[in-house]
Order: sequence, then C-alpha cells, then structure tokens
Amino acid sequence: MAVLTEEQTILRDQAVSWVNADAPVSAFRKLRDSGSITGFAPDTWKSICEMGWTGIVVPEAHGGSDLGYMTFGLLLEELGKQLVASPLYASGLVGATALRFAGTDAQKQNCLPAIASGEAIVTLAIDEGPRHAPDAIAMSAEKTGSGYRLNGTKSFVIEGGSATHLIVAARSGQDIVLLLVDASATGLSREVLKTADSRGYANITFKNVDVAATALMSAGHGKATLDAILDRARAGIASEMLGAASAAFDMTLEYLKTRKQFGQLIGSFQALGHRAAELYTEMELTRSAVEAALQAIDAGSKDVPLLCSLSKYKVGAFLFRMSNQLIQIHGGIGMTDEFNAGFYLKRARAVEALYGGQGFHRDRYARLSGF
Amino acid sequence: MTEHAALETFRSEVKTWLTQNFPKSLVGKAALYMGFDHNVPMEGDALRWRQALAERGFGAPTWPKAYGGAGLSAIEARALGEELAAAGAFNPIPLLTGMGSTMVGPTVLEYGTEDQKLRHLSPIARGEVRWCLGLSEPNAGSDLAALATKAVNKGDYWEVNGQKIWTSGADISQWCGALVRTDSNAAKRDGLSFLLFTMDQPGVTTRPIRLIAGASPFCETFFNDARGDKTDLLGPINEGWTVVKRLLQHERQSQTGAAPIASTGASLSQMAKQYVGVNDRGELNDPDLRLRLASHLMDARTHSLTLQRIAAEARGNPKVTAAASILKNSATSVAQTRAELTLEIMGHQGLGWEGSAFATDEIEAVRGWLAGKAMSIYGGSYEVQNNIISKNILGLPETTQKG
Ligand SMILES: Cc1cc2nc3c(=O)[nH]c(=O)nc-3n(C[C@H](O)[C@H](O)[C@H](O)COP(=O)(O)OP(=O)(O)OC[C@H]3O[C@@H](n4cnc5c(N)ncnc54)[C@H](O)[C@@H]3O)c2cc1C
Repeated sequence: MAVLTEEQTILRDQAVSWVNADAPVSAFRKLRDSGSITGFAPDTWKSICEMGWTGIVVPEAHGGSDLGYMTFGLLLEELGKQLVASPLYASGLVGATALRFAGTDAQKQNCLPAIASGEAIVTLAIDEGPRHAPDAIAMSAEKTGSGYRLNGTKSFVIEGGSATHLIVAARSGQDIVLLLVDASATGLSREVLKTADSRGYANITFKNVDVAATALMSAGHGKATLDAILDRARAGIASEMLGAASAAFDMTLEYLKTRKQFGQLIGSFQALGHRAAELYTEMELTRSAVEAALQAIDAGSKDVPLLCSLSKYKVGAFLFRMSNQLIQIHGGIGMTDEFNAGFYLKRARAVEALYGGQGFHRDRYARLSGF
Repeated sequence: MTEHAALETFRSEVKTWLTQNFPKSLVGKAALYMGFDHNVPMEGDALRWRQALAERGFGAPTWPKAYGGAGLSAIEARALGEELAAAGAFNPIPLLTGMGSTMVGPTVLEYGTEDQKLRHLSPIARGEVRWCLGLSEPNAGSDLAALATKAVNKGDYWEVNGQKIWTSGADISQWCGALVRTDSNAAKRDGLSFLLFTMDQPGVTTRPIRLIAGASPFCETFFNDARGDKTDLLGPINEGWTVVKRLLQHERQSQTGAAPIASTGASLSQMAKQYVGVNDRGELNDPDLRLRLASHLMDARTHSLTLQRIAAEARGNPKVTAAASILKNSATSVAQTRAELTLEIMGHQGLGWEGSAFATDEIEAVRGWLAGKAMSIYGGSYEVQNNIISKNILGLPETTQKG
C-alpha cells in the first residue's frame, strides 16, 4: 500500500467501517434479489453522498473537496472489496472528470455541484457495440440551426438507467465531440439491462434528439480529451477491481486455513500453497501498477496513458485469475449461489469489459511504447 | 535543510566527485567489468577507479566508515547508484569480492565481533578480497541443514573435513564462509556453525565445474584437515543456522533486481524493430511476438514500480523482509523471460556460440540466457521461495501427513 497522508488514512478507515457496517456483500445480494432496476440501493447512495465522497475530484470552487485520484482510488478499493453498487464511480469519478476536462464554465457551474451533492448522476456514454472501441464512434451529432441533432445508440452504459445526465461522444463532421445531454430529452430511450453482474447498465438509443448549442463540451481536440477522461476512468475502475480481487484472495486464504480433507487443512497441500503464493505475488505486483497510475494522474505525469493501460491490464489479469481460483479452491461450495464467490466472478467479467480489457490495453501499451 | 535538499546536495557532491575521479576511458565499459565473466583484470584506469571508490567508501556505501564504508543511508546509496549509472560509471567492487559485499559482509556486520569486523570488512569494502560461500553439498541443496561437512575443535583451531559443491568462485577466492556441523548429536539444524577460513591452505582443494553457458564459475570444494582460526566462528557455536538464514535473506535481497546497472544496449523493443521489421503502422511485423513483448515490458515495469513502492513504504529504512521472496521470484521471471525474448527476436543470430558470424551482443545474449537459468535455482529456488511465501507470509499450515 502506498504511503498515505493522514487525510487519506482517515477517509480509508471511514470507508472500511462504513462498508462493513452498512454495505457488505449481503447488501448487494439483497439488491440483486429485489430485482432492482436502478442497480443500487437508494439509502446506500444517500450515505455515500452525505459522506462527501462524490466530491473527491470536484474542485473546491464547485462544491467538492478536490482530494485527487489516489484518494478516490482508496475508497473505490474498499467499496470494491464488498462489491458495493452505487453511481459513485460512474458519476463521482468519471462524470466529474469528464466535466472537469471538457465542460464549459456554465456546464461546470451547473453540474459539478450537483454531482458533488448527489442530486445529479452524470455518466459517460462512449461505446456503441459489444466491445470497448473509442476509435469507432458512429453516433452522429448533426449541426442544426439551434444546436445539434443526435442519432445513434450507446451500449452498456454504466448507471445508464439512473443517470440524470449523459456525456456522449459523437461524430460531428470530422471531429469527435462530447455533448452533455439531459437524460429526459425527447427521443432518448433507455433499456435497462439485466446482466450477470447485478449492477446498473443500460443501452441508450438517441432518435432525433435535439440539444442546444450549449450542450457542446469540447470541440476540436475531442479525441485527446476523451483519452484523458478514459484514462482516469480506467485508473479508477482498476482500484475497484483490485479491491474485489483482494477480497477474493482473503476469502480463499481463509478457506485454505479452515477446510480439512485427508485429515488435514487443505492449505498444507503444497500445490495449493504454491498457488496461493503465486496469487499473492501477483497481487502485490498488481497493487504497484494500480497505485502508480493514480499517483501519476495526481502528479500530472506524462506517463499517465502508459500507466493507466498498465494498471487496467495488470488488474484485469489478476482479477480474472483470482476470481476463477476463488471458485476452484472452494470446491462445490464455490458453485453455490448461497456463497458469495459467484458475485465476484460475475463482477470480474463486467469490469474487465469496461473501458478496455486486457487485449485492448496490451495493444495500446505496445503502441504507446512505439512498436 | 530538508531531507530533499540534503539529498540534492549529496547528489551534486557525487557529480563533482565523479568528474574528478571517474576515468573517461571507462565510460560505457560497465559490461566489461560487470558482465557474466567478471574476470577482466583490474589494471590501469580500472584499478585507479577501484581505489578511488574505496578511498571514498563508495565500494560498500552503506557500511559504517569505521569498516571501510561511507555510512550512507539507503536513500543516499540509491542516489549514488543512479548518479553512477547516469555518468556511465559503475561500482565493480561488489562483484570483485564474490560473496563478500552482498552476503558475508552484511552478516559479519550483524553477527561479527568487533575484531572480526575490523579484520574482514575493510578488505571487502576496498574490493581487495574475494569470498566464496560453502553451503551446498552433494546431498544438501534446498535441504541445506542436511549437510555433513564437519568442524572439530582442536584446541587452538577448528579442523574441517568434508565436501561442498556449487561453490561460486572457490578457485579464485581468498576466503570462505562455510556452514559446518559442529555437533553431530544435535538435531539437524541445531548442530551447525558458521566458520570463516582462508582458501589458500593445503587442506583445501577446488575442482571447477563447467556450466551450460560455457564458463566455470563454480567448483567442487574439498576440505581435508583444513583449518579455521578459533577467532573466526561467526556467531555463537551451534547457532550457525540462525546466521545462515540471515545470510540467505541478504542473498535474496541482492537478487530482487534493485541495483541500477548502467544501461548499455538499445531497448528490447528497439532491437526487435531492427531484427523483425515493422509494418506500415509502425508495429512489429510479428504480431504474436509484439504482444508477448508488450506483456514482458509491462511485467518489467510493474516489477520496478513494486521496488519503488516497497522502498517508499520502508521510508528509507529498508529492512530485509519476507517481501524479498516475492521480489526475487518476480525479478527472476522478468529476467528469464527477457532473455528468452531476446533470443527469439534474434532468430538464428541468437544461437551463436563464438566466431565472427555473430555480433558480441548476440553471443552475450546466448550466454546470458543460459547463465540466467540459475536464478530460479540458487538463493532458494523458485519453489523454495513459494514455500517461504506460503508459510511465513501467508501463514499456511505445514503438511502433517503424506498423500
Ligand atoms: C550458478 C549457481 C551458483 C551457486 N553458487 C553457490 C555458492 O556459491 N555456494 C553454495 O553453497 N551454493 C551455491 N549454489 C547452489 C544452490 O544454492 C543450490 O543449487 C540450491 O540450493 C538448490 O539445491 P540443489 O541444486 O541440490 O537442488 P535440489 O534442492 O535438489 O532441488 C531440485 C528441485 O527440487 C525442488 N525442491 C527442493 N526442495 C523442495 C521443496 N521443499 N518443495 C518444493 N520443491 C522443492 C527445487 O526447487 C528444484 O526444482 C549455486 C547454484 C548455482 C546454480
């Protein structure tokens, strides 16, 4: 674990005790069993907002605390351990980041305080097909007399069902532009998805959605801005993934120390002891990559793109392996819905697909390294 | 002065000292003196450079000044390493001392008597004495405590009889640190002691063993009524196991890939572009190799980020910790994968053994690839490190039953 400031330690400890008391995995199970279509429990969301976590990357001038991405990552890691479902990540981190990077003054003034207070849920809508492909945006933003007309579909939008605002990437002539769209706009329809992971995802269709010219966020360098936003989104979800993976590791280690077969604890079998040692080694290495990306963002390093791809790739590989081993090492118990392992496995695959999986980021790392 | 400012002052002192002392003729020669066969004699400028390092205590920078070091903190030593690398300079002393600087020295610092420290440390710090380590025996490898070499108390000296194997540098060392049995009736680990003695004596013979990489860096070592001085038992009698456990931790620490080495060659991706060529998008022509190379570079970057993270967490007081097992295994797999990829990139050129059909780089890549296979065997094998991680870090139970 990185060396933390006093403030970071306090926040992290606050997160640990809140998650354990108010939002353990059993709360996520309840949410799933309730068949919720929002994908989060309203009182969970309310406490998160009250604790001010939604404002961590919002500037102080706009009602946030501006504590940075490392701090946000610490919280997401703790929440990830118990698979907490809420719009904290999608809106508090990704939405706020998009506004910071691309919002006009008026957009920032209107939306950032509302993100910080939790009144607004602002989410980013990029991908249009089954895979992350920020270079293949086809949605059109056609110039009209008073603004833009949007046509197209955005798929698998995280918290898309509950969002009050969407930041969409669209093609306007040669440019990729970002637009801030009210989710209640005429012509916009959402289909809430029932996925293996019971979090809130939605497909969103835009059919002749007319928005004012003031909806336009950044024009011209849309692609570079979009990359900067996506990298922060990747570094953030990587923290959540590290949390989920480390919880899966702890559950597995606990089982190795309690389950007996052949008259002895299964953790005494060298095959399993070595597997645990390798998983632990991989976890320690992965943590370094995840923290380095967050620290690079806070430091404004030029290595941000490289380190964010490294982080998402490494944590993706580890969570994949760890979530499979969580089931394998628990044997039959691991296969039961009553046990929590399945939730971790399902979450693992959902977040792997988000903002680029291992294949995407390995290719990008090679490209950024010049080969 | 803040810590940061103090470090900057130290750096600029080192820079000045380097311009005054590091011979220009040695720039870019690190590989010659720091390579796999480090038998290039220290003469002329190389000798003067070694002496300059020794005068300033930079041969063993973290050791106390009284014992030939410079009394630097770990952070300063790291900065020193970086400044040396930046100037194309290098510190040949650790390699010149065999197992002296990285293992025997730190253990003497911790367990030695004042007399032992004064006699043994300075010559190591100055790079004047080479040490070998006599631990492994034909029937005691990973299970080191099974060793049989005996030392018997002969009144004013210890008499040593037995055989060691894989003793690196035994044929060119002046001193040996050996784990020997001093009580045959005690339990396996309780009758061992750590004895220091000279190699240049009638009772010691060495027979070099040729390795797959061609060189013969280690030996079979035979003790036939060899003698060790009474004052040279390191640590208490029959507590050699404690001493050697510590020594092996130092060994592991030295194998975590922490030492910055002056970089000589081009980067691996640069090299791959030359051998393999690129397509019109500037990507390597072999898409499968390209992705495996990317994975490797990501692993290498992650390893170095982990070294940085652990150093930051230790706040400049790095202790020898269990984390060394993690780092040793990670450093090993990064280095071995790098060697494999290097060969693969070179294609047929990466199969050269000697002769003018192959560039020096190519031959070195082959030798290095072969020599590197030892990394997962010595210093506690890959499997033994995993035993340490699972038992000592994760607290997993011992097996109590077979099958
Ligand atoms: C280049 C080189 C330099 C060396 N230099 C020195 C030196 O200077 N001084 C010195 O004393 N020694 C030296 N050694 C010896 C080295 O320490 C031993 O080779 C090492 O301890 C392994 O012992 P072994 O070779 O007998 O293999 P073994 O212990 O017989 O191991 C064989 C295989 O069994 C595995 N194994 C063994 N025990 C276990 C277990 N409990 N659980 C799971 N797997 C296990 C090992 O991992 C390995 O894969 C050197 C070795 C090399 C290769």
